Amino acid sequence: MKEKFKRLFSGGLGQMTIPIIALALLVIFNLIRDTSFFSIGIMHNNDGNAVLSGNIITIINGASELAILAMGMTLVTAACGGQDISVGAAAAIAGSVFVKVLKASTAISGGTVVLAFLCACIVAMLFALFNGTLVAVFKIQPMIATLILYTCGRSIAYWINGGATPTVYSSIITAIGGFIPGIPVPTPVLIVVVMALLFRVLFHFTSLRLFTQSVGINGDAARLNGINSTFIKLLSFLILGVCVAVSGCIGVSRLGLINHETLLLDIEMDTILAVAIGGNSLGGGKFKIGGSIIGAYVIQTLTITLYAMKVSSTDVKAYKAIVIILMVVIGSPVVKERFGKFMARLVHGSKRVSVKGVEE
Amino acid sequence: MQEECLLTMRQIDKRFPGVVALNGVDFTLRKGEIHALMGENGAGKSTLIKVLTGVYQMDGGEIRVEGKPIFIKSPQDAQNHGISTVYQEITLCPNLTVAENMFIGREDSVWVRRGKYEKRAEEILMDLGVPARSTQQLGDCSLAVQQMVAIARAVDMKCKVLILDEPTSSLDDKEVQMLFSLMKDLKSQGVGIIFVTHFLEQVYEVSDRITVLRNGELVGEYLTEELPQVQLVSKMIGKELEELSNLGETEEKNSEEQEVFYEAEGLSSSAARPFDFSIRKGEVNGFTGLLGSGRSESVRAIFGADKVNGGTVKIKGQEVKITRPIDAMKNGIGYLAEDRKRDGIIADLSVRENIILAMQVMNGMFKPISRSESEAFADEYIKVLNIKTASRETPVGSLSGGNQQKVILARWLLTHPDYLILDEPTRGIDVGTKLEIQKLVLKLAEEGVSVTFISSEVEEMLRTCSRLIVMRDRYIVGELKGSDLNQTQVMKTIAGGEA
Repeated sequence: MKEKFKRLFSGGLGQMTIPIIALALLVIFNLIRDTSFFSIGIMHNNDGNAVLSGNIITIINGASELAILAMGMTLVTAACGGQDISVGAAAAIAGSVFVKVLKASTAISGGTVVLAFLCACIVAMLFALFNGTLVAVFKIQPMIATLILYTCGRSIAYWINGGATPTVYSSIITAIGGFIPGIPVPTPVLIVVVMALLFRVLFHFTSLRLFTQSVGINGDAARLNGINSTFIKLLSFLILGVCVAVSGCIGVSRLGLINHETLLLDIEMDTILAVAIGGNSLGGGKFKIGGSIIGAYVIQTLTITLYAMKVSSTDVKAYKAIVIILMVVIGSPVVKERFGKFMARLVHGSKRVSVKGVEE
Repeated sequence: MQEECLLTMRQIDKRFPGVVALNGVDFTLRKGEIHALMGENGAGKSTLIKVLTGVYQMDGGEIRVEGKPIFIKSPQDAQNHGISTVYQEITLCPNLTVAENMFIGREDSVWVRRGKYEKRAEEILMDLGVPARSTQQLGDCSLAVQQMVAIARAVDMKCKVLILDEPTSSLDDKEVQMLFSLMKDLKSQGVGIIFVTHFLEQVYEVSDRITVLRNGELVGEYLTEELPQVQLVSKMIGKELEELSNLGETEEKNSEEQEVFYEAEGLSSSAARPFDFSIRKGEVNGFTGLLGSGRSESVRAIFGADKVNGGTVKIKGQEVKITRPIDAMKNGIGYLAEDRKRDGIIADLSVRENIILAMQVMNGMFKPISRSESEAFADEYIKVLNIKTASRETPVGSLSGGNQQKVILARWLLTHPDYLILDEPTRGIDVGTKLEIQKLVLKLAEEGVSVTFISSEVEEMLRTCSRLIVMRDRYIVGELKGSDLNQTQVMKTIAGGEA
């Protein structure tokens, strides 16, 4: 225990410390404010399933799309040293394709849904390839490169369904966006778990982590060690493309319709923020996917807390900004270093005292 | 005696996580002396300088300037106390004029009176004999003049202590002489100069006193005239000198009958002119020539590091295509790049990850080296190459230059190459490690590995190589072996008969 404590503080703050502390503080704050905030109940939904309910479920469920996008964004950030700001628009495109394919068949079966998802995936990956090519081959700053799709993405989504916002009626879609009968946990949460596991498997069975970090830290050296950095960057965008398709389809399934104007609106900035709160350098290099996931939950907890405090939705953004400023400053290298030094002195000092005690 | 002391540092301690960089080091600088600070890489020279200039905060000890204790909190603070530094890499702005560079950051009012500054700058430059005009763009001056402008700036800021950190590493002989006469001038004006360098001859040429550090501890302070060069070296590396001279005897230079491993004909790249080259199994050869002669560009072409334009390449008689580094690696070629920081280390990654990198790339993305395997590899090479690191998980960027170089060597050794290209593997690293690397090269050759060794120090190449390829103005101008392998012959060939 003592060893762990020391490791946490003496070498500067660990990457995960800030997001975990932030999350813990938010939880404690809510417990003090309203002891029933985190109570979890079981209720029956419209379909008569017994499902979990409560603020905590709302938070975890609501953060699903954000968490999935943050995973992919972490990889792009690490490899390219920049961010993709078109994820929201691309998700709208993927969602539109998803609905278009679903609407094309008369009866929606499981197979149709899989096909629709695969189509959405392929389209999202094609757009990701476009972004990735601009970044990896033409060496355009990621934010500038993805600004193009950010600007025109929702127009493209608009064309796909001819300007309409079609509704999909299907128990399968309701199950994806809500609950699978017999399982009390919201399906999007399960999808997040599956995605996180997929990332884990990916990093375990390939050396993608090492290569991505090498490319992000020192592209020249990576190239001279035989790493194809163009490919690694493209790959990171393609993986983000899959994440975009998944979260787009979740978003569509929640409502049972596609609204290209509002689906995952403004999520790109929250995604980037989640990556940053997770302790990942936005300049690329070393990364922790887990940090970004926690970052996503921190943002969502903050949002829901503010709503629970009856802050109007217009004001929420301002309050959010304040908390985020605090978090980013606390997580900054300057503060980390000073705090690290301070803790080192404390640990060091107490050790000296204890040694003296033994001698005496 | 006490009054003469310009700067005294007593019992300076500085610790980094897992490493004691300075342990109770004393240093004294007197008025009007040039004091050489010597030591291997990792001895603590740069740490001591950084403590003195406020880049690092010391963990213990005392600094006095002219007898008064001072606390240096920042580089700005150090300047206010009259301590100025001119770093190895020039830290001025090349796109501003000389005068602007001299006064940047210390204009007394927002209205810059260009004329006034230019006049003042002209006076100082004249005074110090710096051959530059104040209205000239700094980038147009030679490196030596830029160095001198940096010194002029420091002098004008009323500095009492001037630190020159490797000021001569990119200067030619004539420029070094210019710099030395400037240093002697300043010395006669009572400025104390701390001179950090790797060049022993230069230390004996200008310095009055020498302080030697080793492993973060003070070895001693000596009068230059009382310390023979041989003793200085043995104090720096902590070994007796006989060990140093033993190296040459064990080497075998008979690889003539071995098969040719690599052969290139008319190989050219975006940076290298067409050239022919071949190397036998177990042979150590070298490319030599002045900086910019094309020696690095040639070996980069062999490895496919720059865009290859043409030529045929054969490995063991088989024609192969090498256009990218990965092609070369798959054909058993390893390449240690000249610029360690830019092309070698992945600074934020651990020693372990840096060591396994090339091997992992060759294995491919879908066959990751397991954690335990990579730990075993890292531990093995940390031991074999005697890499000084707090642990295998330490970020490689926090190691000293010599140890970083060993990590990159380990990276390539782990791939068990048939042909290893080492471009300046010993640059900027200490004498002891240099020797270890030379020994390693000879051992590899004995095991049948072909090695191309490039070094700016001809003497070092003569000791290791059995054949030297001499380049001038991007062309191969000669090949020396056997009895022709001596310093005079090499110099003659490099200079092209004009010498």
